[in-house]
Amino acid sequence: MGILLTIIQTASVIAIPAIVLFIVVYGAIKKVKIYEAFVEGAKEGFNVGVRIIPYLVAMLVAIGIFRAGGAMDILSVLLSPITSLIGMPAESLPMALMRPLSGSGALGVMSEIINTHGADSIIGRMVSVMMGSGETTFYVLAVYFGSVAVNKTRHAVAAGIIADLVGILASVWLVNLIFG
Amino acid sequence: MLNYIWLSLIVIGIGVAVIKDLSQPADPAADTRYPMLTKVTNDGIVGSAKTAVTLAIGLIGIMAMWLGVMKIAEEAGLISKLASLLRPVTTRLFPDVPADHPAMGAMIMNISANMLGLANAATPLGLKAMEELNKLNKKIGTATDAMCTFLVINTSNVQLIPATVIAIRAAAGSANPTEIIGPAIVATSISTVVGVATVKLLAKIPAYKRQLEA
Repeated sequence: MGILLTIIQTASVIAIPAIVLFIVVYGAIKKVKIYEAFVEGAKEGFNVGVRIIPYLVAMLVAIGIFRAGGAMDILSVLLSPITSLIGMPAESLPMALMRPLSGSGALGVMSEIINTHGADSIIGRMVSVMMGSGETTFYVLAVYFGSVAVNKTRHAVAAGIIADLVGILASVWLVNLIFG
Repeated sequence: MLNYIWLSLIVIGIGVAVIKDLSQPADPAADTRYPMLTKVTNDGIVGSAKTAVTLAIGLIGIMAMWLGVMKIAEEAGLISKLASLLRPVTTRLFPDVPADHPAMGAMIMNISANMLGLANAATPLGLKAMEELNKLNKKIGTATDAMCTFLVINTSNVQLIPATVIAIRAAAGSANPTEIIGPAIVATSISTVVGVATVKLLAKIPAYKRQLEA
């Protein structure tokens, strides 16, 4: 397992330089004016960054209010009868709720749970799998749709939430199955 | 739907803070009478608004960088090559997008970056894909079927190497920090399959279909 860890660490370090090197060299071989092309493409970067600001402010402020007011704890208490039915420890519920809302928040919850219960406890493994298999759905929705000024998101939000829910349930089920 | 979620987050968030503050006996030693509401103001409203701008500004540099690299890849014909390689999959997932459209290449690049856990590259590539998809959008401001499908693939994304999680587990003294990779891949694969099936199914609902018509 030590070897696997080394491979993973190496791969995540060399991936980006390797991709950049490959594309730049490939472009040069194909006689693309690479410097001009790069600058031409990069111009758009600023506009995109600025365009997403209002969407990101709207999303993060709403989530921030929800978290700061302590609503998360109340939701955890309300949902705990349901989660105990499916073999989900109550302590991992904040993680499940936080995962789609805030990336840094979820990371914080995960670290806290791992430090309290241990990385190799069932709860520690469960939050690790939730963190690794989930995504910050609301951030992605805000940034991606915001970048093209889409306000009517149609069925994307419902489908995204259902996928999140399924991911959480699958994490609980798999961890209980493998490590339980 | 986003409207209702947004409203709920704000109303419940402030509501809970008010209830907590009122039910708490006033602590004469505390410097404020309403600690939760103060937290809502400072962390929730002011702090988050600031974070949002910091995030967006922080994205500009890396965004410019990847959009530049993508432009080289595009002009060298790499993007269309990539798109034709995965044509059997992408044309089924995105029937409304022409098989050789630049959006296809950008979406493949984004999904690959996400799978490899390259968050820095994934977002710029994803936004590039959205921009290309928006060129096919007949009703600007409304999400197309392809956009919804792409978003769901993104939010339920299969990540092969959850590097951050492994690092935290290793730091916490786990005997086997990488053991969660297998279950995480299976869990996220299940959620992606269900997510794509759901998004395809929901796209057939007349109310959602009507929103696309002018």
